[in-house]
Amino acid sequence: MGTATVLKRRFETVLGDSLEWQSRPAPQVISSGMPALDRAIGGLPRGALTEIVGPASSGRTALLIAVLAEATSGVGLLACLGQSGRAAQFPSPPEFCALIDAEDAFDPASAAAAGVRLERLLWVRCGHNAEHALQAADLLLQGGGFGMVAMDLGDTPPEMARRISLTSWFRLRRAVEHTPAVLLAVSRQSNAKTCSSLTLECARESTLWRGAPAIPAHARLLDGVRVHTARRKPGPAVNASFLVRTRE
Amino acid sequence: MFACLHGTGNLAALALEFSPVVEQTGPQTVTLDASGLDRLFGLPHDVAAAIARRAGETGARVRIALASNPDAAICAARGFAGINIVPHGDEAKFLGELPLEQLDPSSALLETLERWGIRRFRELAALPPLGIAERLGPEGLRLRELARGEAERKLRPIEEPARYEDEIELEYPVDLLEPLSFLLARLLNGLCTRLATRALATDELRLRLQLENRAAHERTLRLPAPALDSKSFLKLLQLDLAAHPPARAIIAVWLGMNPVKPRPAQGGLFLPAAPEPVKLEITLARIRAIVGEGNVGSPELPDTHRPGAFRMAEALVGHALACPSRNPPPTARGAGACRLAFRVFRPARAARVRIDSGRPRFVAAEGVRGEVLQLAGPWRTSGDWWTPDPWSRDEWDIALSDGALYRIYCNPRGWFVEGSYD
Repeated sequence: MGTATVLKRRFETVLGDSLEWQSRPAPQVISSGMPALDRAIGGLPRGALTEIVGPASSGRTALLIAVLAEATSGVGLLACLGQSGRAAQFPSPPEFCALIDAEDAFDPASAAAAGVRLERLLWVRCGHNAEHALQAADLLLQGGGFGMVAMDLGDTPPEMARRISLTSWFRLRRAVEHTPAVLLAVSRQSNAKTCSSLTLECARESTLWRGAPAIPAHARLLDGVRVHTARRKPGPAVNASFLVRTRE
Repeated sequence: MFACLHGTGNLAALALEFSPVVEQTGPQTVTLDASGLDRLFGLPHDVAAAIARRAGETGARVRIALASNPDAAICAARGFAGINIVPHGDEAKFLGELPLEQLDPSSALLETLERWGIRRFRELAALPPLGIAERLGPEGLRLRELARGEAERKLRPIEEPARYEDEIELEYPVDLLEPLSFLLARLLNGLCTRLATRALATDELRLRLQLENRAAHERTLRLPAPALDSKSFLKLLQLDLAAHPPARAIIAVWLGMNPVKPRPAQGGLFLPAAPEPVKLEITLARIRAIVGEGNVGSPELPDTHRPGAFRMAEALVGHALACPSRNPPPTARGAGACRLAFRVFRPARAARVRIDSGRPRFVAAEGVRGEVLQLAGPWRTSGDWWTPDPWSRDEWDIALSDGALYRIYCNPRGWFVEGSYD
């Protein structure tokens, strides 16, 4: 019998319970702001990189804004995912978040309308430079204190996003590890590969227009889109869909 | 040795010229610690003469008294005209003829002493201490000590207005940041220590560099919250000077700090967890060095309907904690539904639009090209027509054949793609 086994038995004798040597503390997650998605994936993990990918108008930015609204307003529920998959939930405090906008595409007005508390949001405009976005994300993660650091590479051309080396992503993953921050990256396709802990792929299922096509265009209204989200990583694909409207 | 000046004029300023320890004893009386002045001026008479000479120059009319303890000097200055030196050991004899009112006793005690027939210092000084303690209590004993010129106490010095600024003149010009950093560190350490001794912090650093060509290079760093961390201040100054280097070599450095009360360390239980303000400021300064000034901050929505209008507030944490409701509170979101986000093209992309029956049918712009499959609009909006910069436009929401949803608009300058819905 090895020394480790002897020690384990002695500990178990003293503590009166069997020890799970391989067990890790349950990951802490935050709500995505979409109950349907939270039910499917359990929330976004802290201390890890989460990627939201999808083409233009797929609802990826709406999902990002929903997450930011949830984090900055503090109205959501903080969930702690246990081994059994059941989440213990309690109200989460509001947090300061950072949005690193590689293509300067953030619209404060629509974000505020979606519930983002702008006074708790740091906006870094990188002027169409993805390299600067990575450097800013690294500095913010090293500095600490933010509940979420989101990188918006949604309009960065795919060939430029692919040029970001895996080392850079790995550096970001290491920077966010063991911190209470959520690192989000929004892009057209998955770039971080193995460095991301969760990858969500968004696709637009349908577009909702108010008013029939036959009526005059000025009497119609873009009402919203139905978004289909699929978890590509980790584990088997999990699907969820939700509605995103232009107004309440 | 103590000196007392009693009279009219700016006596505190006069006294501070001779000693750093000055007590404002009364509206017309100041007392100073004159220890050591004998080494400068000689005998006590010479010290008193020097003070009187300076008083004459400043226009102050004073009586001067020097004694071995402050209260004897005060009594002598108030009681006798001109210059008086109270001899050490003979205070009771010197002050004996002064009336008891000089000691400012309470009216009840003064009445009792009057009834006893005691009106002068020497009469009170002659009374036995045990009898005074039995009949008049501690106040009587204190009066007796004063009357005998034996009371010992420390002066309560005037607080000199503290100045939190310092400067260094250099023997040779400095044109590199590294040697300048050593000088800044020295100044910062000294100023931070001075602030710390008074339990203060600072929210503003003012740096003035005198350049070789006699010009001044001035920088002001405002901190989001009061802090007192010389290392962080040095890093902030280094980053700021790297971003805004002086034009010429430096021959003198002046640094000032704005003293403020420190912020309580612990925030409220329900306040949002925030980055440490000074640390965040350093991080933001580094990011500003990468992405440029004005590109980092917290967005603010101005009170206008102009599309795409926003302001960047430089401070994040300090401002948010100080005035949490800067922006209007967002509307509550319904459960299960979120708002469609809009991605802005900055600047708006000029587009070529084919119109058919008054409707856009084909749109082409940088990165955008396709047939219009569905559309809604136009919505005509305008505003600010009362200002020199009015705006007006017709907007359409369109679904293009490239699979995306866009907002396009037409104004007097042509067609533009404003952004995409996402």
